[in-house]
Amino acid sequence: MPKHALLPAALLALGAGTAQADSSLDELRAEIRQMRDHYETRLAELEARLKQAEARPAPAAEAAAAPSGNDINPEIGLVLQGSYARREGGEHHLTGYLTGGHDHGSSRGFNLDHTELTLAANIDTQFRGYANIAFVDDAAEVEEAWFQTLGLGKGFTLKAGRFLSGIGYANEQHPHAWDFADNSLMYRALFGEHLGQDGVQAKWLAPVETFLELGLEMGRGGNFPGSAAGGDRNGPGAWAAFAHAGGDVGANASWRAGLSYLHAKPVDRDSGMEDLNDVEAETLMSGHSRTWLADFVWKWAPDGNPRARSLKVQAEYFHRRERGDLTCADNTADGGLCSGLTDAYRSRQSGWYAQTVYQFMPRWRLGLRYDRLDTGSVDFGANNANLPVADYHPNKWSFMVDYAPSEFSLLRLQLARDHAMAGNPDNGQVTLQYVHSLGAHGAHRY
Amino acid sequence: MLMRNLFAVVLMGLLLTAQPSRAALNVLACEPEWAALVAEVAGDRAKVTSATTARQDPHHIEARPSLIARTRNADLVVCSGADLEVGWLPLLLRESGNPRVQAGQPGHFEATRHLRLLEKPARVDRSMGDVHAAGNPHVHLDPRNLLLVSEALARRLAELDPAGAADYAARRAAFASRMQTAIARWEKEAASLRGLPVVVQHRSWTYLADWLGLRVVADLEPKPGVEPSAAHLARLLETLKAQPARGILRAAYLSPRAGDWLAEKAGVPALTLPYSVGDSPASADLFGLFDSLVAQLKAGLQ
Repeated sequence: MPKHALLPAALLALGAGTAQADSSLDELRAEIRQMRDHYETRLAELEARLKQAEARPAPAAEAAAAPSGNDINPEIGLVLQGSYARREGGEHHLTGYLTGGHDHGSSRGFNLDHTELTLAANIDTQFRGYANIAFVDDAAEVEEAWFQTLGLGKGFTLKAGRFLSGIGYANEQHPHAWDFADNSLMYRALFGEHLGQDGVQAKWLAPVETFLELGLEMGRGGNFPGSAAGGDRNGPGAWAAFAHAGGDVGANASWRAGLSYLHAKPVDRDSGMEDLNDVEAETLMSGHSRTWLADFVWKWAPDGNPRARSLKVQAEYFHRRERGDLTCADNTADGGLCSGLTDAYRSRQSGWYAQTVYQFMPRWRLGLRYDRLDTGSVDFGANNANLPVADYHPNKWSFMVDYAPSEFSLLRLQLARDHAMAGNPDNGQVTLQYVHSLGAHGAHRY
Repeated sequence: MLMRNLFAVVLMGLLLTAQPSRAALNVLACEPEWAALVAEVAGDRAKVTSATTARQDPHHIEARPSLIARTRNADLVVCSGADLEVGWLPLLLRESGNPRVQAGQPGHFEATRHLRLLEKPARVDRSMGDVHAAGNPHVHLDPRNLLLVSEALARRLAELDPAGAADYAARRAAFASRMQTAIARWEKEAASLRGLPVVVQHRSWTYLADWLGLRVVADLEPKPGVEPSAAHLARLLETLKAQPARGILRAAYLSPRAGDWLAEKAGVPALTLPYSVGDSPASADLFGLFDSLVAQLKAGLQ
């Protein structure tokens, strides 16, 4: 309203100057007309804004955030997983590999796979916390429990606690995020399920348009290919480094490639195998384990919109060298050959898998995976007289079809020809699986 | 030594490719409508890109490496909020290592926080489909919302880049006056659409219908975000026989099959409308988007 009052006041003030010459009167008249026009437009604009505001009032206070369920409480999620599997009974060793990692491998028949409880929240403005507890019969295992920084800046992120190592591609995926009902042979051989680190991880994202991430981890090294006793030291029992690069190819496709290195220092690492008399033998390995991993993922969807159709191609390769001492514990009482002898041990082994998953219509996907390992060269030293040195290529074909009624539920059928164990081919594996998630379910990584 | 030299060369190469932009601000918009709005208000003071295109479903986007890299370099992210981007934005923010754009920081702008949302559910349960607790987040298809958001956006830009405050205010005022004139024109052109019954595929069209007075009589999705089922479509067909609609409204990023089937059986046209800026050359900016929306609605529904 004061602006209405201004106009007559201005006119009065101008009116005092009527003694001016005609030319300046004209100027004044023009000026007044201009002012009037200006005020009229301004008034019209204000009135229009008032009308707008009345038609759709803005929220009372901008700062009043829209309430969303769990702003203060942690995001809580539960993953239910189970399966029915039809396969050969008996042992399922990976021929030619010392294994012993953490593995929730399911047995045949009806299975309740592990039930994952996840809790996550921003702790404050600086940190985020996350825990993933897997419940299996008689036990609750802490799969992950870590905090990470939110505000370091310059592309740096620090994570500490127990976390899934950033090496490789599939390593950071929990079983519920796998595209197949079971793990690849490569990850089974390397880590059992995946490599968890108790330690710290630093990541740096380069300030460029292309995605380039470098990471360094130091951990206890208590998990395979390290060992519990190997973690009992003041320094790190395992360290890892990785580099990931990625980007888009047009609007339809994107990719990520990575190269990783893991060095573990196991002490008395326990692996079971059958000796040359086919008697169960326990081996203890101490020394160094060095693994290189290369991974590549390529995803495609028409217009980059994966709602109807999409394609994902993924492949990983590893090369592992181990050297140290190996003891074959005395099993002569069971008719075995080992007498507790310790001698030098060296191995060079490699393997890979490639898989592709095609979503051919909304909610339905088909997948095909081929796994192949090479037992490479293994030298048990004097224990060569007791333990088998295999020349075999463990391999497996898997085919799956899955149906996801929503992003929170999934049903899967998988058929596989499993030749992981020499002399015991399992040509007719059938797995029916469900994966359901309740509550908050964080976004999956790329 | 060789390795160290090689490393230095690679690092130098990377730093050289990181061309510093002359713009004062680097803005990442979650959707193209917000990228267009930032461009209107900030002009060349901001380098703005959109994380998604008009042909992608903003609910279902993957946290691709390229998006993580862009979030890392952003001074400001401009998104819809109200959980529309809940499936991917939090991951981008966490992976970015960029403290400027984290939720609650000045570099984090959510359009829906500056508006009153429609369809706010009284109760939320996953069995109800993909509902958003805060209300319907597809706010940009009511141009009056763009006016309100642009005001808040200009203030935010000025906060981040005080040297450009006058510039942002002037550009926002110019945008607002153009938009007000255009809104009046669109409302006049679309006056004949008022009260017409339509079927929608997903609630992306709620704000458009609310603005132009279209009457939404049915949704192809049995529940928000749930794909149309055969049973639901059969029921819809019965409903439409009793209570005919003038057209089916849908976005290009959704499967056309259900809409085509219903259109043929019920004898109503299915309109694939531009959902956001950049869907076609005609909708290259916000004005073009509403020009084509109004034109296509008039041509299709009457």
